[in-house]
Amino acid sequence: MNPTSNPPVIEINNLVAGYGGREILHGVNLTVNEGEIFVIMGGSGSGKTTLLRHILGLNTPTSGSVSVLGKNITHASRKELYELRKQFGVAFQSGALFGSMTVGENVQLPLREHSRLDDATIGIMTRMKLEMLNLAGFEDLMPSELSGGMLKRAGLARAVIMDPKLLFFDEPSAGLDPIVSAALDESILMLREAMRMSIVVVTHELESAFRIADRIMILFQGSVAITGTPEEVRNCDDERVQDFLNRRSVEEQLEPDEYLRRLTGHIQ
Amino acid sequence: MKRILDKIGGDALYFLNQAGLLTIFLFTTLQRMVMPPYRLFPVVKQIHFIGARSMLVILVAGTFTGMVIALQFYNTLVRFGSVNLLGSAVGISLIREMGPVLTALMVIGRAGSAICAEIGIMRSDEQIDALECMAIDPYRYLIAPKIIAGVISLPVLTFIFIFIGIMGGYLVGVLIFGVGEGAYFQGMYDGVLWSDIQMGLVKSLVFGLIIVWIASAKGFLLHLDRSGAYGAEGVSRITTNAVVLSSIAILFADYLISALMHEPGMAS
Repeated sequence: MNPTSNPPVIEINNLVAGYGGREILHGVNLTVNEGEIFVIMGGSGSGKTTLLRHILGLNTPTSGSVSVLGKNITHASRKELYELRKQFGVAFQSGALFGSMTVGENVQLPLREHSRLDDATIGIMTRMKLEMLNLAGFEDLMPSELSGGMLKRAGLARAVIMDPKLLFFDEPSAGLDPIVSAALDESILMLREAMRMSIVVVTHELESAFRIADRIMILFQGSVAITGTPEEVRNCDDERVQDFLNRRSVEEQLEPDEYLRRLTGHIQ
Repeated sequence: MKRILDKIGGDALYFLNQAGLLTIFLFTTLQRMVMPPYRLFPVVKQIHFIGARSMLVILVAGTFTGMVIALQFYNTLVRFGSVNLLGSAVGISLIREMGPVLTALMVIGRAGSAICAEIGIMRSDEQIDALECMAIDPYRYLIAPKIIAGVISLPVLTFIFIFIGIMGGYLVGVLIFGVGEGAYFQGMYDGVLWSDIQMGLVKSLVFGLIIVWIASAKGFLLHLDRSGAYGAEGVSRITTNAVVLSSIAILFADYLISALMHEPGMAS
């Protein structure tokens, strides 16, 4: 079955968002379908992390709506948001593991907080997930004893410990060597196959994105440049997209008056 | 001139904004604290950190404070031939003022700064966002146990400080200067009123709340800090900030409680 034709799990309509009066996202539209691996791409400062934070309900948008698993989270109460978040997992860029807990304790934290399972069952489930992500035997280590790639995989194990319907992964490849990065991509594909989850990945790594994505969205200065299959993205004739795909830096075009104003310190 | 006014206005707005944020933080924590599930272990762990591990510094500070108070009072009282008042002078100063205030300042230096840095790093490292995404309320999970532990630990530490301070006073007054042992303790028994003990207790409870509240709030709100600095620099800045602010808040609260609980015409 082609996941791009499945019912949507995330729907974003005309999302406008920013920080302290500075607009970052200018009317973003996006749909992620069930079982799909959807990759959000863009250069630094393009707004991809801001977009992810809005999908997770960590930030409130200026306008527009965000629906996750059929629930509009734009005006959801804290209780509703928490109920919804129990159905999704988030793997953060740095792993975001708690330094005072062992890897095993970190991974099993959501189970301890949200289930009434006994210690033995929690232990088995933790070891299963660690095994799945090639971290078997590391459960008694502290996060400070792990490498960058292992930290990300441990963060991923924690994100999937509750068998979520929806998984978010922020910058899986950032700071990793190509081999570890490729292994992490394999883990993402394996998780989709094994657990049938929908996965949203935020990244700026082209190779990784084209390897795992069913569809890719490229953000450019807070607006969507294109959303489509890897093939559609590759063949897109938008200059910004091609610049991004070919790693060409885009020089900001300025009017002479604007340039002069900047130099003299009157930037609006 | 306009620049100076701008600066004053900006500072005033920042101060009001911070005061508002800190107040909202406190009330949110108090509100979430009463929500189940209630867990004893995190509170015990924090009592160990804030209370038990501050013991050494409290014992040392208490001994020397008691000794210096006895030394100073003895030098004054001996001129008026009233050395039998030494016990009551040492007791009252320690119970009403020195015990609660110095204990609080010691705990700020040892535990308050550590709490602020710990929570600040958790904010900077996305661990607080991770808790939110796991549907675990960071106020209930992270902050509430520390506040409860602070309010329990401070009165106990203050009691220990006062006890050891009285013993330090005994060492100087009785063993070195030869004030009668009976006069020292009977003077204390006669001079210290129940209202003095009440005041000491109220102060230590309030100080316990203030220390943990300000330290946790500054760390928790790191991302809203005016300097915009994140990471190591941001954490070091807010930690210094938290130590200064909580020390000032303790001295202000000390005066306020003393003034409010002051009984006109009281002998002491």
